[in-house]
Amino acid sequence: MTRKQKRGVLIGGGVATLAVALILVLFALKDSVVFFHTPSDIAEKGVPSGQRIRLGGLVENGSVVREGTTIKFKVTDTLKEIPVTFTGVLPDLFREGQGVVAEGVLDGDGDFKADSVLAKHDENYMPREVANALEERGVKLGSGAHPSGAKTETP
Amino acid sequence: MIIEFGHFALILALLVAVVQVVLPMAGASLKDERMMRVAEPAAVSQFILLAIAFVALMHAYVTSDFSVANVAENSHSTKPLIYKMAGVWGNHEGSMLLWVLILALFGAAVALFGTNLPPTLRARVLSVQASIAVAFLLFSILTSNPFLRLVPAPSDGRGLNPILQDPALAFHPPFLYTGYVGFSIAFSFAIAALIEGRIDAAWARWVRPWTLAAWMFLTIGISMGSWWAYYELGWGGWWFWDPVENASFMPWLAGTALLHSALVMEKREALKVWTVLLAILTFSLSLMGTFIVRSGVLTSVHSFAVDPARGVFILAILILFTGGGLALFALRASEMQTGGIFQPISREGSLVLNNLLLVTATATVLVGTLYPMALEGLTGEKISVGPPFFDSTFGPLMIPLLLALPIGPMLAWKRGDLAGVMQRLAFAVLAAIIAIVATYAVGHRGPWLAPFGIGLGVYVMMGAIAEWASRIKLAQAPVSESIRRARNLPRSAYGTLLAHFGVGMLVVGIIATSAYREEHILVMKPGQTLSVAGYDVKFAGFESGRGPNYREDFADFDVARSGASIGRLRPSKRLYDAPPQPTTEAGIHASWRGDLYLVIGDSQPDGGYAVRAYFNPLVRFIWLGTLIMFLGGGISLSDRRLRIGVPAGRGRRAIAVPAE
Repeated sequence: MTRKQKRGVLIGGGVATLAVALILVLFALKDSVVFFHTPSDIAEKGVPSGQRIRLGGLVENGSVVREGTTIKFKVTDTLKEIPVTFTGVLPDLFREGQGVVAEGVLDGDGDFKADSVLAKHDENYMPREVANALEERGVKLGSGAHPSGAKTETP
Repeated sequence: MIIEFGHFALILALLVAVVQVVLPMAGASLKDERMMRVAEPAAVSQFILLAIAFVALMHAYVTSDFSVANVAENSHSTKPLIYKMAGVWGNHEGSMLLWVLILALFGAAVALFGTNLPPTLRARVLSVQASIAVAFLLFSILTSNPFLRLVPAPSDGRGLNPILQDPALAFHPPFLYTGYVGFSIAFSFAIAALIEGRIDAAWARWVRPWTLAAWMFLTIGISMGSWWAYYELGWGGWWFWDPVENASFMPWLAGTALLHSALVMEKREALKVWTVLLAILTFSLSLMGTFIVRSGVLTSVHSFAVDPARGVFILAILILFTGGGLALFALRASEMQTGGIFQPISREGSLVLNNLLLVTATATVLVGTLYPMALEGLTGEKISVGPPFFDSTFGPLMIPLLLALPIGPMLAWKRGDLAGVMQRLAFAVLAAIIAIVATYAVGHRGPWLAPFGIGLGVYVMMGAIAEWASRIKLAQAPVSESIRRARNLPRSAYGTLLAHFGVGMLVVGIIATSAYREEHILVMKPGQTLSVAGYDVKFAGFESGRGPNYREDFADFDVARSGASIGRLRPSKRLYDAPPQPTTEAGIHASWRGDLYLVIGDSQPDGGYAVRAYFNPLVRFIWLGTLIMFLGGGISLSDRRLRIGVPAGRGRRAIAVPAE
């Protein structure tokens, strides 16, 4: 092979790899990205049932019902609420009145079937998406629940 | 008093670093030897000053001096000593101090051990290294000063996040930082070489040991972090594609590519320009990782904008060094001669493929990490890019890389013989086929692709051994001859063997535990028995206890396998005193087969407890594989050190080195 051909192989290989990677990335961004919504977002915009989303808000006081390993509770942003069903073990920091992010799908009746529940948050018991979303909606949070100031950082 | 002393040492270190930037660089241009010589004592004293500052802060932690704001915010008097000490870097300000300390450590190491470097190159390297130190020392002093006092001093501190109160905190961050801050040396060498306008094989020979050392520590640091997350977070997962994890994984990927391209440059004088670019990019990714973790951009893009001091400062550092480095590269790269001609099928060709795939994979991780931040910043739309994204982008790129991995080291330089290599790899391919068939026979539940993944891992492991076997002519020459050859193989060959073998093990562990994990979630009452992956797990009862600074509720499980008792697992829930926060501790029984992993959840009204039980097959292969990679790096490094002073035949190493 001449020098020119070798360079051609090199450049061709590079372009081909990048093209494959680009296609993979575009498909993955289309299919596997999960959007975050609050109950009010869902009430306003409507989210098709079966689409994977993250639902964030506060666990409504008095709404938690345990039936064996299945837990039912309501997620609220104080304006709207969505009933959630989850089977599994809840994270340590899950509690009523505190922020939570559930990932899963809405069924046809407007119930949310969660397959994971996160209560990862800062020292003020508020996941940052939830705090930001609630602030945008003008919901008054206690002074301790401001979204800035994450202390639960991993070094 | 001691804290003021530390504060003073920190500021003094900044001044020393400024001197270390200016004088050696000017001296190298003016050919003034005295000015260049300032670099070494400056680098060493900068390190000593930062060590003093670090010890001063640690002293404040150990003595619980709550008049120091940083200690009051992150420590507590009842915390065990090890967490008081490790707690120094369990927070933003302290971890930045560790960052600059390690930066200075590498600078001092070059000053002390780089005596065989040409004096102008060494002066310039140390000058560039000091410029990074100036930037981060300014950042530390102006925005993240750990030595600020608090008046009046509170009676006790706020405590350390309980999730961090684990022995791993003592080791994981220092190793991780040694790794990704260590790439600063490769960056400094690249910038110094661009300023000199000359680069050759000898350059790669100097850069490689430093890069290898940094890579080793980053490997083990990431691996420890993964292990820590596995046993501490109670989800049984070992990697979450979390931005914080990606922040250290991206420099690792680029650094791995750099190690391999520097090899081509050292042996064949090819890929020079590319290697320099990669050195700049690798450290730029370290800086980006620091930006992602330290700027507050993760907490929220908005809070970043609200309190911009830290974020904008690191962003400025990132832009200055990455942009400056790339601009210098653009100006100077064309002047560098390219060398070393090779066929596509050759050792060089395979290493180019390695680089292409690793760098592309790095780019996919970068997109997945930055896209959600960029989208939120631009449109306010909040999304999460989770494991499915990385599985379907990063995953496929690893397949050709792993397929080519055993082939590369067997190809000859310049022009390789693929058919001959495949012949020598027949054993590895056969082993892979057996592994695929065996996996299908045993694990019929998992996804259909999984056995091929296991086969791929086995192929990489056996390929590494096949390469060694063919080099020592195992079974082709008399045994005595093979032993003689095995003894004469350079240590770097054993390093490669181990590192590649470790990659194969890692792959087997990842695929096995991802595809064949068994998971049970149920409510158990004392006396009940659960059967998991051949284990009988009997819920024996409850017990409460107290640790040094927490209350702990244990659930006792008696574990037996085919009738024989194995022991008792005690998963628990802890409630810490300060801050009052619960954590879950898993009960893990480890074996070669895999881990039995138990976690308890909420209590039920009827006296039962929610229990999560996992069986993670071969999960230990993940950390064992990375440990073997780390050891491989170490063995290779011990070889390099022996050869480092030997003048190289091909490199233009015959530059006059003045007597010192």
